[in-house]
Amino acid sequence: MIKGTGDMMSKIILTPKEQPQVPLEVDTILPDTLAGKTIDEIKSMNILYGNTEVELQEFFDVEGESGEDPSELQIEFNGDVYNTKRIGQGMTTGEIVVKGNASMYVGAKMKGGKITVEGDVAGWAGQNMQGGEIVVMGNAGDYLGSAYRGDWRGMSGGKITVHGNAGREIAEYMLGGKIHIIGNVKMLPGIHMNGGILIIDGNVISRTGGEMKGGTIIVNGRIGEFLPGFEYLGVRKDIDVDGEVMQGLFYKFRGDFATKGADGVVYTATAKNAHIVP
Amino acid sequence: MELIKNVPCPFCGTLCDDIICKVENNEIVGTMNACRIGHSKFMHHKDATLYKKPMIRKANGELVEVEIDEAIEKAVEILVNAKRPILYGWSSVSCEADEVGVELAEELKALIDNTATVCHGPSLLAVHDTGYPVCTLGEVKNRADVIIYWACNPMHAHPRHMSRHYFSRGYFRERGRPDRTLIVVDPRESDTAKLADIHLQVEPGKDYELLDAIRAAMKGHKILYENVAGVPRDLIYQAVELLKSAQFGNLFFGMGITQTSAKNRNIDAGICAIEELNEYGGKFTLIPMRGHYNVNGFNHVCTWTTGYPFCVDFATGYPRYNPGETGTNDLLQNKEADAMFVIGADPGAHFPQRALQRMVEIPVIAIEPHRTPTTELADIIIPPAQIGISSEGTAYRMDGVCFTMKKIIDSDLLSDKEILKRMLERVKEIHASESKMESVKEVTSPAK
Repeated sequence: MIKGTGDMMSKIILTPKEQPQVPLEVDTILPDTLAGKTIDEIKSMNILYGNTEVELQEFFDVEGESGEDPSELQIEFNGDVYNTKRIGQGMTTGEIVVKGNASMYVGAKMKGGKITVEGDVAGWAGQNMQGGEIVVMGNAGDYLGSAYRGDWRGMSGGKITVHGNAGREIAEYMLGGKIHIIGNVKMLPGIHMNGGILIIDGNVISRTGGEMKGGTIIVNGRIGEFLPGFEYLGVRKDIDVDGEVMQGLFYKFRGDFATKGADGVVYTATAKNAHIVP
Repeated sequence: MELIKNVPCPFCGTLCDDIICKVENNEIVGTMNACRIGHSKFMHHKDATLYKKPMIRKANGELVEVEIDEAIEKAVEILVNAKRPILYGWSSVSCEADEVGVELAEELKALIDNTATVCHGPSLLAVHDTGYPVCTLGEVKNRADVIIYWACNPMHAHPRHMSRHYFSRGYFRERGRPDRTLIVVDPRESDTAKLADIHLQVEPGKDYELLDAIRAAMKGHKILYENVAGVPRDLIYQAVELLKSAQFGNLFFGMGITQTSAKNRNIDAGICAIEELNEYGGKFTLIPMRGHYNVNGFNHVCTWTTGYPFCVDFATGYPRYNPGETGTNDLLQNKEADAMFVIGADPGAHFPQRALQRMVEIPVIAIEPHRTPTTELADIIIPPAQIGISSEGTAYRMDGVCFTMKKIIDSDLLSDKEILKRMLERVKEIHASESKMESVKEVTSPAK
């Protein structure tokens, strides 16, 4: 059996009945915890509904077949779970697919495995992520790949790809790993960033790399407004990012010198960003 | 007529403690030393409605007076049956009441949050990231030679703040005002800005850019652009030189910076700037311009009881915290909340429209002495004896110094703390009888 091919995997399908106004939390429902359990056992697993614990079957129809090996197990949320939080929180292996939108903390503290969300995700997806992969086909909310409140060690590994747009303060306190946003981003991407790579194909409103000390940000679209604490280093051609060559002309900035010992790098495509060069 | 001296004023975070109240026949008939806002808090506005008895709203929308026991019973029933109740407010009540409130939240598995959520909440988030180099107002008065008011207008919002801590003479500042330099950062030429030696007229919402430039300039780096946030580069260099040569500087900051654009990141950058200014020979500190007289007190109480200052979610039974998810406005606007308890605050007047829409849909309980926009939305209103006027309690000033609020006149009403204690007892009774019922059920029902 080839790992991660999808069709060889055993699969549990969770079909949402109706999403309640008071949100659900499903951090107990992971490939790690479902492996080796029968369907009946899974049905009666506890999830959080507001301030009350309820059984999974109260809000989801459970079908499929579990296996012994969590790395060969796929959990599918077969529908829109826009009010279900903490999908894949802390997962270490296996796969989760969401066939709709998901609420906050998708893949928070994730260490391995893969999560695919076909719709949008709300805030804090990939918070303090250490490894694995998150793919969002729709938009992401604020604080994508960020740190827990007050933590200065954010996402340290793994990869997040968002095919739509993302919100504010993404990659906050990022230490390592890679985030790729194909759409646009609101303000403060890479705030307090200390390492890792953030690639934004669309536009950024403002404050790219605020208070960053390390890491690399590449913006292929337009930066609305840039911070005055950076140093302008000139134009660079065909830049090398983590072994991959990104073709084209880029303005290079170093900073943010508002912080001590700053050594972060921001590249922006020359085509749309002449206005931010001093 | 009796004169009661050294009364702390239960209005704003300056918590002036030199008010004199004139009392006649158990009524406050006048005050001395208070500002106009403080005076009207003691005296009550001419057209204000002060509730005398608890009230419950009937199906036809009419408020009917009831006995206190009935009001408490009904309020407890709503909260016990809610799946996602919010206990909000806590800023115009005593720390003792706040303490009971936190226990009530834990017992109800509710969310407890105070007015910082629409005020200095972003400052608290920044404090987690960067620390809190604070001092007392007394130190500012006695030592400060440079004072910065950033995005606040104390001449109007904290009317006696400047006279007590800026114009006043201090131990090391014997002449008062002439011994101090005033920097004001404000997009408008406010009455505070008119007094400034340097007025940095920042473009609205561009405080983060200005702070970024100030911090880079402090470390000797050239500011990238000639004009930052509407302020010329040379003026920023000039202000930075002044800051670096200060003996003792203090930053006061208000909601123009906490609640605009980058929010907590503005404060984050501001706190870092203050910390870094301590490296140039002088001493630098900051004090947030807190609004309600005890908004700071709740944050202290909540921190030493739960570990978090506000937005604490007890849904799981233990405290969890993430403003943006567990804030009162988040719960209301996401339509998660299914009951709301308000004490010592007026969300009806201050919350955004979408939050108010949810407040209309769900049962609202208000512990409130006056008729306010919140009581218009409330289903149960319980008037308490007001702290600092008709009951005693502890309050924390904006700098964290605590005061005992005085009881000036008698009242027939229960204090906030007593109301909360009765509610807590009742909730505990209900939970105890429920768990008893469950254990009986377990014994009598056949095994699976």
